[in-house]
Amino acid sequence: MLTTIYSLKKGEKAIIKDFDIDAVPLKLLEMGCLPGNQVALLQIAPFGDPLYLDINGSHVAIRIETAKEIEVDIIKTNL
Amino acid sequence: MISKQNINVALIGNPNVGKTSVFNQLTGLNQQVGNYPGITVEKKIGFCKLPNNIKANILDLPGTYSLNASSIDENVVIELLLNKNDKLYPDVALVVTDVENLKRNLLLFTQIKDLEIPTILVINMADRMKFKGISLDIPYLEQHLKTKIALVSSRKGYGIEELKQLIVSFKTISSEPCLNASVIDTEYFNSLRKAFPNQLLYKLWLVITQDVNFLNLERNEIRSSFTKSHSDLKRLQQKETIKRYQFINDVLKLGLKIDTSIAKDYRSKLDRVLTHKIWGYVIFFLILFVIFQSIFEWSKIPMDFIDASFASLSSLAAEQLPAGVLTDLISQGIIPGIGGILIFIPQIAFLFMFISILEESGYMSRVVFLMDKIMRKFGLSGKSVVPLISGTACAIPAIMATRNIENWKERLITILVTPFTTCSARLPVYAIIIALVIPDERLFGFLNMQGMTLMLLYLLGFGMAIFSAYILNKILKIQSKTYFVVEMPNYKLPLFKNVGINVIEKTKAFIFGAGKIILAISIVLWFLASYGPGEKFNKAEQIVTQNTINKPLSPADFENAVASQKLENSYIGIMGKAIEPAISPLGYDWKIGIAIISSFAAREVFVGTLATIYSVGGSENEVTIKNKMAAEINPVTGEKIFNFASGISLLLFYAFAMQCASTLAVTKKETNSWKWPAGQLIFMSGFAYAVALIAYQILK
Repeated sequence: MLTTIYSLKKGEKAIIKDFDIDAVPLKLLEMGCLPGNQVALLQIAPFGDPLYLDINGSHVAIRIETAKEIEVDIIKTNL
Repeated sequence: MISKQNINVALIGNPNVGKTSVFNQLTGLNQQVGNYPGITVEKKIGFCKLPNNIKANILDLPGTYSLNASSIDENVVIELLLNKNDKLYPDVALVVTDVENLKRNLLLFTQIKDLEIPTILVINMADRMKFKGISLDIPYLEQHLKTKIALVSSRKGYGIEELKQLIVSFKTISSEPCLNASVIDTEYFNSLRKAFPNQLLYKLWLVITQDVNFLNLERNEIRSSFTKSHSDLKRLQQKETIKRYQFINDVLKLGLKIDTSIAKDYRSKLDRVLTHKIWGYVIFFLILFVIFQSIFEWSKIPMDFIDASFASLSSLAAEQLPAGVLTDLISQGIIPGIGGILIFIPQIAFLFMFISILEESGYMSRVVFLMDKIMRKFGLSGKSVVPLISGTACAIPAIMATRNIENWKERLITILVTPFTTCSARLPVYAIIIALVIPDERLFGFLNMQGMTLMLLYLLGFGMAIFSAYILNKILKIQSKTYFVVEMPNYKLPLFKNVGINVIEKTKAFIFGAGKIILAISIVLWFLASYGPGEKFNKAEQIVTQNTINKPLSPADFENAVASQKLENSYIGIMGKAIEPAISPLGYDWKIGIAIISSFAAREVFVGTLATIYSVGGSENEVTIKNKMAAEINPVTGEKIFNFASGISLLLFYAFAMQCASTLAVTKKETNSWKWPAGQLIFMSGFAYAVALIAYQILK
């Protein structure tokens, strides 16, 4: 299975890799959702959807269906 | 006044950067709010005195994340900036940014720069830099962004004088672009440049990618020869966005330093509580509860005061002015009419104050986040919560606020169900009927029963909205992509000045907008109630004398009997009587019938109508409208007209009926079809009639 923003756990960070341009709204790109930028999952709404993210310093909430379209590489943190 | 000699300044910026606070700081209360022609986007213009006796028209454009428009509000921004002939075309643009979101905010800045308008970069919320460990190299940023920077705090009010100085010297500010975005597809843009050598490249690009009006150029010509598939265009837009961010990142690398070790963060702590799966909802409902209790409790004193003042003003006018038709019109038509409008002020002001605080503080976005999943079950979006809540003030701005819902089906359903929420125009109707039929007692010693009833009515409105959304979601077959992107802004303490100005403006708009209609209807009603056809009206005195010949009345009772005989046979009485068969199963008499007819176009007219009717026909002892209504007796049954059963029936009728011409008009505008407003009218009013009928028949 593809690793996407949806795969992140709360508090985890990742680097955006790729996405289908037609499945992601332009507004989200303008908020900084671009390949190479960092994304962190800050909060998950009650009932699991939507997701509250920090994308490249912008704080936005998106729905799972969009989150599933955005492929990422999870940043492993060594504790 | 908008004067040609004044400098035109356009305020542009992302939402949530404090653009309106900067606007308020520059203009004070010297503002005009109107609409852009043909559309319902708010147009705010203010006037500002600058140094050296120069004046400026400041235009507060709708907040936008970029020049790639996704709503009509954002289109307004682009259309103005593309049209050099517009009389508000800016001499200088102020791009307002938030120091904490500078990176994202600069995207729009680089786009504006590409339009070659002299642009000042306003970095707002500068007071938060220390708190967040941010330091800026202003000269470096000015050099690379090719602009002048004003570091301001609209909250603390500093930097505004320096900003005014910069505006005065706008001619010295660079209008050069700060990066060359056309490298994303050199070949394409070169051929575009060759085909239209006199046009700005970026303008052409906007015309190709956007759905905007462009006056000076044959838009079709540009489009036909340079068209690309939707995906290709979007790919190019993505490249463009990446290019711009690369540039911004490079500039900020040296221009902006953040020392995270001293940065303080209360956002995540607040988020943890406010979006918690239990506390989040508890807090949300507590806030709603406080709003509704306080609207009823706090507004009571000023409302009673306004009611009583107008009643005494009315009798004063009747005593002091020379007797005659004109005096009657003033004391019985105009004064009660105006009073019927002004009495709304406390409740409307409170509502707008709360909504404005929720928006300003950043809390509203958390509610959107919290409610999205639940709302989607009913075919709505988390973003529908904002229209549904602001619908408690007025459905018109609420329906306009649906524009940021990306999914058309969710948006349409939100538009259709929003009028069920209890708007402020229903409040006076509710207030007076609750006061008449619900005892002013406390449950468990602290819950005001009248307040509770009011809250129940609000919940009923919401419930009905949600329920009809659920049904509509099942019925409507519309496929549309669901996009949902909500910015979660920083928490901010609401600014007293912003909230205050917002409350004053909205209240003013309501009073003057609705007021004109109410006043006009009051005057018409007074005429219809004061004149009538035929013998029964003109010879009222004789008829009453004849009828009571065996049992002479006291002079006061005689006058009352004459007055009601006249009212019953006046034009309006005849109209009311004509519809009485249709409404008597609901528990209403012909006087209420008149009020329902007259409030068909605007609910708030109901109270004003009753005020006028009872002023014309009522006795002198009962001064306020409320007392007059309480004293009304049904001549047949001898019961009070406003009893528990008819009161509840009326409350339910007003809760559900679509009685607002302006809402229908705005629905037509936003959906571009008469089909939807017609559906609203038929369904809502039909449902209201049925529910009121059932309620009365059960309760009576």
